[in-house]
Amino acid sequence: MTSQFLFSGFGGQGILFAGKFMSYKGMTDGKNVSWLPSYGPEMRGGTASCSVVVRDKPIGSPIVAFPDTLIAMNLPSLDKFEDSVQEGGTIFIDSTLVERKVKRDDVNVYYIPATKLANDNGMPTLANMIIVGKILKVRNEFNEESIKAALGKVVSAKHADLFDVNLKALQIGASYEG
Amino acid sequence: MVVFEKPHALIDVPLHYCPGCTHGIVHRLVAEVIDELGIEGQTIGIAPVGCSVMAYNYFNCDMIEAAHGRAPAVATGVKRADPDNNIVFTYQGDGDLASIGTAETVHAAARNENITIIFINNAIYGMTGGQMAPTSLPGQITQTSPYGRDPKLCGYPIKVCEMLSELDGPEYLERVAVNNVKNVRNAKKAIKKAFQNQIDKKGFSLVEVISTCPTNWGLTPKKALEWVDEKMIPYYPLGVYKDRSAAQDEKEEG
Amino acid sequence: MADKVLMKGNEAIAEAAIIAGCRHYFGYPITPQTEVAAYMAKKMPKIGGTFLQAESEIAAISMVYGVSSAGYRVMTSSSSPGISLKQEGISYLAGSDLPALIVNVQRGGPGLGGIQPSQSDYFQATKGGGHGDYHLIVLAPASVQEMAELTIKGFDLADKYRMPTMLLADGTMGQMMEPVSLDEYSDIKTFDKPWATNGTKMNREHNITNSLSLVPEELEQLNIARYERYKIVEENETMYEEYYMDDAEICIAAFGIAARVSLHAVEKARKEGIKVGMIRPITLWPFPSAPFKKAAPHLKHIMSVELSMGQMIEDVKLACECCCPVTLCNRVGGMIPDPLQVLERIKEVNKEVNG
Repeated sequence: MTSQFLFSGFGGQGILFAGKFMSYKGMTDGKNVSWLPSYGPEMRGGTASCSVVVRDKPIGSPIVAFPDTLIAMNLPSLDKFEDSVQEGGTIFIDSTLVERKVKRDDVNVYYIPATKLANDNGMPTLANMIIVGKILKVRNEFNEESIKAALGKVVSAKHADLFDVNLKALQIGASYEG
Repeated sequence: MVVFEKPHALIDVPLHYCPGCTHGIVHRLVAEVIDELGIEGQTIGIAPVGCSVMAYNYFNCDMIEAAHGRAPAVATGVKRADPDNNIVFTYQGDGDLASIGTAETVHAAARNENITIIFINNAIYGMTGGQMAPTSLPGQITQTSPYGRDPKLCGYPIKVCEMLSELDGPEYLERVAVNNVKNVRNAKKAIKKAFQNQIDKKGFSLVEVISTCPTNWGLTPKKALEWVDEKMIPYYPLGVYKDRSAAQDEKEEG
Repeated sequence: MADKVLMKGNEAIAEAAIIAGCRHYFGYPITPQTEVAAYMAKKMPKIGGTFLQAESEIAAISMVYGVSSAGYRVMTSSSSPGISLKQEGISYLAGSDLPALIVNVQRGGPGLGGIQPSQSDYFQATKGGGHGDYHLIVLAPASVQEMAELTIKGFDLADKYRMPTMLLADGTMGQMMEPVSLDEYSDIKTFDKPWATNGTKMNREHNITNSLSLVPEELEQLNIARYERYKIVEENETMYEEYYMDDAEICIAAFGIAARVSLHAVEKARKEGIKVGMIRPITLWPFPSAPFKKAAPHLKHIMSVELSMGQMIEDVKLACECCCPVTLCNRVGGMIPDPLQVLERIKEVNKEVNG
């Protein structure tokens, strides 16, 4: 089984971090993983995106051109990547920042007001992890043990205080029903 | 009683330089200094591309042949490989140091790289047969400035000591000549200081030696020595252009 | 199982170099390899090593030349335009028989090109690059783990054969993160370097590091001797991997990122019953001609998948000696083929050869 995620949004929304967490989550669950950022000038101010592949067998291509799961945290990202999502795939949208609806009817869509939820809960930089929480829930992968193990890897020892708030963000996302 | 012998650091082989060329004198001065400081076993010399390209055959210490102009960068590598033990010098001509290797020279100086540079300025490309050098004088006739160097067409000579003295980096910059006994003695003193500075970990030391090229200047060896006094030294005044430690000492005393 | 960490390819190279005993790094910033320099800048001062941001690529490779002459492990890294600048020093390293590791995290060209991944420096890396008759050992990693392993291997090969070695990666390999384990590489080989110019200590003749030889008869002999050494490298150090080749009718030739994309396509094609396999060169020089030569008479088609206008394909054609048609499947300029695109081409070829 191969999962191909494409995380996308503005630089500064924690797109790469969310992808990195998802990679470690896959690792903790005993899978092969790869993480590939878009790089270059667009990193500095424009759209940021990263490809994450999680697979039982060794990973062929680390490039996700046709994701089964798209995370769009802003409108330009949805505009750019909506058509590339595989038929039957899933799109997660930060509906605080993306006002339009998905045009396709052959994909599953979750609208999560992640930025609003993050602000309401006093964690304005963690909209990314709220969405990740929802993804894990939808995929039936919200296993606290492996989540904690993966968080331990991405939240550096220097910022151990961020562990709890990240976990909280994941929980908020997981329990959001919309 | 031994009246005269070759320094140990100079291998006893015939040099390939033209009659009247002052490379031989400078080689000898460098070798004498290496002997006197007792550093032959830890010295690594870097030869350039140009007339002294085969200097690696003349010095008894370990030698490296660098690409054209890159000697200061190669020296940087050798020095940083073992900064406490390696004594590293480059021996470069004007085309090598002040034309194709300008960037390497300037940046080694800016880093105050703890190396010693012996810079032979004879205002011409000797090895390739007498072309205009970055230090050729205005009006100087060469193979590639057959009507005399015209600053309007090809700019002005580069005064290396003056240029580098504007940098905060270098420790010691001096220009000397080897066209008479007094100047030769001064040149040796400067070269010795440039090595001693390295031993004392003071940093980048460069000695510019105004030299002759009778063959490509089209002069007899004697006339060439006179030309140094008449033309070269007036354009390239001899003297110390930077001596940071001495300046600091003076400041402290004053 | 050893504990794995997620690392970027560029960081894996740097960490592996340190494990391999490299304590001297010289470089100049260029996308997409700058993480190597950044990693070294952070680590080297803490372990008594040298990190120096040189004034240019030319200076950086000349500093490498200096450290290598003195007998120490040393590396530099850059990306395509910077590697062009380094060619002078690389030729001098080869001509002076000096070991060094040069990393090229390729981007699109020619000229300033782009900053996205490419494999269009294959000719430059494998056929010389600088002036004169010489070769580099060229290693082509296809995973972050291999970036690390081949870095260590690269230092060993360079020292063993007194040759500069190039790690030829690309922007994807440099930027991607994968789990890496470096635990088993604590045992590092060391090599005697009696030729090093590190001071005579007054107990031996002086050593000379040199590539100049003005007597044609002597220079000829030096070149011949060097190529005899290259022959030993070809016989002993060629590396490749084969996938699904036992019953293959169609063979894909691909290295690095192109091999990963292709393997994905091969697996999909196999599921549809197409007999396709893959040969992945790991050393690009020496090129693994043998597996191609052996397979070619039994194959109906070879497809070289490259991120270039077709460079490795020439070596593939030479290796299979016209026994079988060889075609190109490529993207260039920073574009990378999707596995589905490669799959489509495999299907087309299958239709042609099997009707």
